[in-house]
Amino acid sequence: MTKQIHLAAHFPGVNNTTVWSDPASGSHVEFESFREFAQIAERGKLDFLFLAEGLRLREQNDRIYDLDVVGRPDTFTVLAALAAVTERIGLTGTINSTFNEPYEVARQFASLDHLSDGRAAWNVVTSWDAFTGENFRRGGFLAQADRYDRAKSFLQTALELFDSWRGDEVLADADSGTFLTDPHPGAFSHRDRFFDISGQFDVPRSPQGRPVVFQAGDSDEGRDFAAASADVIFSRHSTLEAGQAFYADVKGRLPRFGRTHDELLIMPAATFVLGDTEAEARDLAHEVRMAQVSPATAIAFLEQLWNRDLSDHDPDGPLPSVDPLVGEHTIAKGRASVRMHRDPVATAHEWRAKAEAEGLTTRELIVEVTGRQSFIGTPATVAATIDEHVQSDASDGFVLAPHITPGGLGPFVDQVVPLLQERGVFRTDYAGTTLREHLGLPLRRTDGESAVAS
Amino acid sequence: MTQTPLHLVAALDGAGWHPAAWREPDARPRELLRAGYWVDLAAEAEHGLLDAVTIEDALNLQSEDPFTPDDRTDRVRGRLDAVLVASRVAPTTRHLGFLPTAVVTHTEPFHLSKAIATLDYVSTGRAGIRVQVAARPDTAAHFGRRELPPVDRASAATGPLVTELFDEAAEYVEVLRRLWDSWEDDAEIRDAATGRFVDVDKLHYVDFEGRAFSVRGPSITPRPPQGQPVVAALGHAQVPWRLIGRSADLGFVTPTDAADAARLVTAVREEQAAAGRAEETVHVFGDLVVVLDDEETTARERLARLDERAGTAFTSDAHVFTGTPVQLADLLADWQQAGLTGFRLRPATLPHDLRQVTRALVPELQRRGLFRTGYEADTLRGLLGLTRPANRYAHA
Repeated sequence: MTKQIHLAAHFPGVNNTTVWSDPASGSHVEFESFREFAQIAERGKLDFLFLAEGLRLREQNDRIYDLDVVGRPDTFTVLAALAAVTERIGLTGTINSTFNEPYEVARQFASLDHLSDGRAAWNVVTSWDAFTGENFRRGGFLAQADRYDRAKSFLQTALELFDSWRGDEVLADADSGTFLTDPHPGAFSHRDRFFDISGQFDVPRSPQGRPVVFQAGDSDEGRDFAAASADVIFSRHSTLEAGQAFYADVKGRLPRFGRTHDELLIMPAATFVLGDTEAEARDLAHEVRMAQVSPATAIAFLEQLWNRDLSDHDPDGPLPSVDPLVGEHTIAKGRASVRMHRDPVATAHEWRAKAEAEGLTTRELIVEVTGRQSFIGTPATVAATIDEHVQSDASDGFVLAPHITPGGLGPFVDQVVPLLQERGVFRTDYAGTTLREHLGLPLRRTDGESAVAS
Repeated sequence: MTQTPLHLVAALDGAGWHPAAWREPDARPRELLRAGYWVDLAAEAEHGLLDAVTIEDALNLQSEDPFTPDDRTDRVRGRLDAVLVASRVAPTTRHLGFLPTAVVTHTEPFHLSKAIATLDYVSTGRAGIRVQVAARPDTAAHFGRRELPPVDRASAATGPLVTELFDEAAEYVEVLRRLWDSWEDDAEIRDAATGRFVDVDKLHYVDFEGRAFSVRGPSITPRPPQGQPVVAALGHAQVPWRLIGRSADLGFVTPTDAADAARLVTAVREEQAAAGRAEETVHVFGDLVVVLDDEETTARERLARLDERAGTAFTSDAHVFTGTPVQLADLLADWQQAGLTGFRLRPATLPHDLRQVTRALVPELQRRGLFRTGYEADTLRGLLGLTRPANRYAHA
């Protein structure tokens, strides 16, 4: 059976995918940028838009990292405002489970779901670093080993709060004077080693019952967390083979948690560059990569692996001859990517070998190893490639990350989406009103069981 | 003599402030959680050229008694996060200010700071925040991080716990304000030549160390359009008046008559001076619940009918005014002479009493030269006559 593709749009974020130096690049903070971005995505009938979050400005060499976009608005507040200027598109926000409390986050998501008529989604992320904790009451309180356990407990507690109202409590019958059918609605009590809370939740059940839940973990633990409790998993595996392996692995975990194949969607992040010809697209893609990796950015990336100050290193020369410093990472703070370098010395040796074999400068090497775009080509080849990925179970769709704010999504929506619609694999209009309906996910009933969406 | 125009804020809460308001024929009790309900109320407030609306909130279900939960089924229960309601409504308006309520006892100043900065971006300069302390033990149990004793009514305004919570609120507002200033206005430089997006010398650690929290900064959100969004607080006694005097741009007080209004204004001004802010503009607005009709007898009969439905005579922490818009205009003019610079009117029922404000009271005040005839500024600070403040961290 032909699968329907799910597509989403990631607002260009605080990372070097976003090219702020392009003359077309607009504000990353002013609401007008978010409005335009959301309306382009909705014009393309995309499932949802997505906002990332960072709770402390990143630092490198004990200075605020200034080579990428710096600064962003508050996730909840922007999503609520976007509900006013859009009608159907899902509104997904990343909210950290470490530096928040379940009662507050649950009432914010329940409120957003009400205010958007059922379009709210929560990407649950977790962190433990004391660096970010310096901005919060709790401080850096969490052991790294506990972060998934606390995130699980946080999500479980929030789900209990969402389910604490059944949905039939508010009668509001003026004649009889009965507002509530239940004198004690929203009652909850949750006790475990992370949370000891009880009382009454104060937001009645929202249109979706609970927001759609997203998870982004890639570790074994993260995959289990997603398989157990997420509706959608983000992944980084945008190549066909890696995508298929990840897809099979995660979907294969679902039965262990009593869930079916269709209850969890897998949507990798993906970048794209379009051209009138394949050659033009490849040239453009290289230009974009060079803009993403400025000489200063190349050195910054180098320092993140080497874990040393390399500010005197020549970006147009060969890689450093010294090896990376192993041990506690001290150079770059507030970014998750440094944790991906699990064996920095071995990675440095691989990079050196590649640079020597291909005659690459430091900057050229960084351009190569920090990721080319996922989809490069004409609209026709990109549409065909995306369809192939989905039909061959490398994913259920993609979260597209354009590199220009706010208009970078426009060409995809105008040129690729119509081709996917012609193929009959992408909606020509929204069939439902809620995000859960767009994603074809089961509706949530109050008893925690799922029912098939009609 | 030229009159000084007064300021008007409408206080929005559920179906209105009377407990039987939701049973009125024009009430929309099944839509209190729908965006459209709030959009319509804000449009009405903007039609009346009001300065702003406040939106009530708490981190617990509503209750008849402000300090203890109840199991009543004949009152409005359940509500939405006020900051998000304001943000959902703001893009549908152009001039109206928004002062959502936020609890500052259990929440994170870092989160609230960026939320209000963002509301300021969303509304292009019309955001503020009304800060509220939460002393209830049942609210604390929703967070499980601190135990609070039952509120001692005898010392509810002065007890050591209340003092501690309000001192913490003052520290909280200090953190909000520092974070709003933690980016200088021109910090974003986008210098393609050096590859630098910001000038890091124009980003500032706030390094606040307090009793309940310490916050390093800078904010993740650049300085909002107004520089400093408006901070408001309601006070009924010395301790909250001190918070207004120390921390707020706008205080709400609850006078019973003109003489009481004068006394309350003096009390706030003393706290303002004690905090070293005598030279700054701090507005003091009087809070009033309003039951308004074209004829006084109609208003009285309506209140009697509401009271009968509620099963009890309506009382409030604020004076309940029942009468005509013209009579209310007389009262406002009188109390203005006592030193109040504006009023926060709490409609007993929505939308009826709000429409009486916007369509009858406002024209009456305009006739008297006591209210604007058009919006004169694009920001909430501008409407309140507050200048855009210099950044505390910017080099002179």
